[in-house]
Amino acid sequence: MGLLALVAGGMVLLIIGYLLTNAWPAIQAGRLGGFFTDTKWQPGSQRDPRFGVVSMLTASFLVTFLAVALALPVGLACAIFHRFYAPPVLERWNRRMLELLIGVPAVVFGFWGLMVVVPLLIRLAPGTPGQSLLAGSIVLGFMILPIITLTSQAALQAVPAAQLQAAAGLGMGRARTIWCVVLPAAKGGIGTGVLLALARAIGETMAVVLVCGNIPQIPKSLFDPVRPITSTIALEMGYATASHKALLFCAGLILVLCTALLVGWISFRRADSDPGTGGA
Amino acid sequence: MSKLQFLRNLAALVSLTVASCGKKETGAVVVLTGSSTIAPVISDVAKRYEAANPGVRIEVQSGGSSRGIADALSGTADLGMASRALSADEAAKLTAHRIAADGVCVVVHRDNPVSELSREQLISIYTKKATNWKDFGGPDATIVVANKAEGRSTLEVFLHYLGLDNADVKADVVVGENLHVINSVVANPNTIGYVSIGTAASEAKGGTPIKLVSTGGVAATTENVANGTFPITRPLNIVEDALTSPAAKAFLDHLTSPAINDIIQKHFFVPVN
Amino acid sequence: MPSVSKPAARRASFRWLDRSFAVAGGMAALVSFGLFAWLIRDLVRLGMPRISWEFLTAEVADAGRSGGIGPVLVSSVLILVCCLGLAIPLGTGCALWLAEYARRGSVPARLVTGGVDLLASVPSIVFGLFGMVFFGQTLRMGFSILSGGLTLACMILPMLVRTTLSALEALPADLRPAAAGLGMTRSTTIAKVLLPAALPGIVIGVTLGIGRALSETAALIFTSGYSTRWPETLSDSGRALSVHIYDLALNVANGGPMASSSALVLLALILVVNSAAVTLSERWLLKRHQTS
Repeated sequence: MGLLALVAGGMVLLIIGYLLTNAWPAIQAGRLGGFFTDTKWQPGSQRDPRFGVVSMLTASFLVTFLAVALALPVGLACAIFHRFYAPPVLERWNRRMLELLIGVPAVVFGFWGLMVVVPLLIRLAPGTPGQSLLAGSIVLGFMILPIITLTSQAALQAVPAAQLQAAAGLGMGRARTIWCVVLPAAKGGIGTGVLLALARAIGETMAVVLVCGNIPQIPKSLFDPVRPITSTIALEMGYATASHKALLFCAGLILVLCTALLVGWISFRRADSDPGTGGA
Repeated sequence: MSKLQFLRNLAALVSLTVASCGKKETGAVVVLTGSSTIAPVISDVAKRYEAANPGVRIEVQSGGSSRGIADALSGTADLGMASRALSADEAAKLTAHRIAADGVCVVVHRDNPVSELSREQLISIYTKKATNWKDFGGPDATIVVANKAEGRSTLEVFLHYLGLDNADVKADVVVGENLHVINSVVANPNTIGYVSIGTAASEAKGGTPIKLVSTGGVAATTENVANGTFPITRPLNIVEDALTSPAAKAFLDHLTSPAINDIIQKHFFVPVN
Repeated sequence: MPSVSKPAARRASFRWLDRSFAVAGGMAALVSFGLFAWLIRDLVRLGMPRISWEFLTAEVADAGRSGGIGPVLVSSVLILVCCLGLAIPLGTGCALWLAEYARRGSVPARLVTGGVDLLASVPSIVFGLFGMVFFGQTLRMGFSILSGGLTLACMILPMLVRTTLSALEALPADLRPAAAGLGMTRSTTIAKVLLPAALPGIVIGVTLGIGRALSETAALIFTSGYSTRWPETLSDSGRALSVHIYDLALNVANGGPMASSSALVLLALILVVNSAAVTLSERWLLKRHQTS
């Protein structure tokens, strides 16, 4: 058991090691000078090659947070509705549907985003390219919605019936039970879902590349195109020469490490504050 | 997941693995990796070649021109597919064989009245000196400039034709694959982009609302690429290093012969052999 | 929940909250359903006309523009089998260790949880590049269904661990002392009490993983590869459905309609596999209840 856990937990070290080995030529050549200060990324330019990763890192996190901000309220409300308000048969069907939605390939989401969401945004803000931060967030939000809803639903279901009965015994109404008993008890499980969704969103590649516009810049509005790091890797990896490739691995490594900080922070904080989904 | 079930799974997996290791390949295997533009063509060629040459297996893997070049160098692949010319240090170690040519043309939405743009006009659009379609006889709308991602061969030949460095280009969106460009134009009718003529012509024929724009006074057709009048072209190459196996050599000979021209044309590229 | 929906006393503010929960929840459910219906409608409209038995079984022809998806479908299923074969034991084992053996909040437990959470955020394309080198080159699997499946297993592992862990942690704490009181050893408790009780949660994790695995593209292009031959063994390269869809949608001119058809088949496949997982687990639970 411990061995399995070791393998599962250690896998990520293997991957980081792999990234580091491949990024090493760029680190060694001292090409990271402008990595964190320069906002421009034009590694292929003959005249003025620039390797700034700041704007892309910003884009990765902006798109992800916006997507979670869009999907969390909808997903949670959906889960509460199906658990406490809708007839059980609806819940079953809804779950089937969401499980199906998880299996829709990213490229289908991306394409759908390009053909449906982007024209809508152009109508909303004429003169903008349409492929933008907002388009990326909407598509990503749609993609992680099933994860959030399903894990929240599981967390709500895991609240022991005894607690609900106790609440009813105390004369608490449905809404009050949800608000005062169920949600606090399910906090941990919902947090797990958000964590999974966050991680999924930040690592998503094939959908964002189709709808984000991929201009490496710090966006001034929601309608500006942005380029997340994963997009850059997907766009350039297959065509990069050796030194450019090392830079892309560097960017990937930085994304993983930044995510590590974020995830580590959330997961350690949660371990401190809340030991579980409230079994006892 | 009970222990029993787990063991059963494991046993199944192991037996399948053993079975697969036990089976020895009888004939020669030729591995090709690289350009996603060329891979579909070679897949079709390989199918026919395998049928005509029993015992030979052709494995085609996609992943980008640079991957094809890197794999051919490292020996991971017998042959690499590259939809661009080799750089100087690559050419020192590898030989490129042209199997087809492709043009790169400008595309706009079908409803856009603009149907011809000169080199100078393209330069002013791609450097954002001109930003409205009405300057070119189009509607009063801001031009959305779609550029390709760094490293793509279409980008290299297009910028080479315009005489621009990628740092000079002021794009509104950056896209990757050819069909991503085309669908960006469909999604936003004010977009201008550039793609492989083969892809654009076949999509336009299939009913996608795009238009191939004449460049430098020459219509963007595969015929004009074939007769050499169209100004922006790129080679589709197969690259090999010095250690090519006899089976790979034989397949390479097949690829550089006129025998595959019908398949190349079916994919809307221009045969050169 | 009838016990909740018949409250004894109602306060106005909570009645208001109740109503807004219902309205907001209903609207959210409607929105998610609406978006889904929209997406599916588009897929059906574009993809349905070509779906037939012939399409499901025929070989890929003309780079996917004609013919069927037979070999691709078989490869997809094989990749999924490899993936689940590794991910389920590994994920369940890891979650069990975290929940039952490791001390909660201890450094090793935190490191393993942190490592697994971090694994979840590795971009899929990085998994692909890593899998190509680690499974394909270091472990000499080459472009193969096995190498693709194992790469996917690494990718869905966090999902399995997290959901299984949540399910185990949500079990009433008195189950364990009760089992111990009956004289059960720890491993018997796990096998006979905890795992069956946590099974619904585990199944949710597995269905999430199945969806994720079948829909993944970037991790597979570099590992299980591009070949559309009928796979004969697990060491053959085989194109997954998602890779096929990607290639048709972005790389093959006029491949769009076939991409939609393939996407529909993929959805149907997920429906079948997920239903099978849920039915199997329910059947198994039922049988246990009857025998015990």
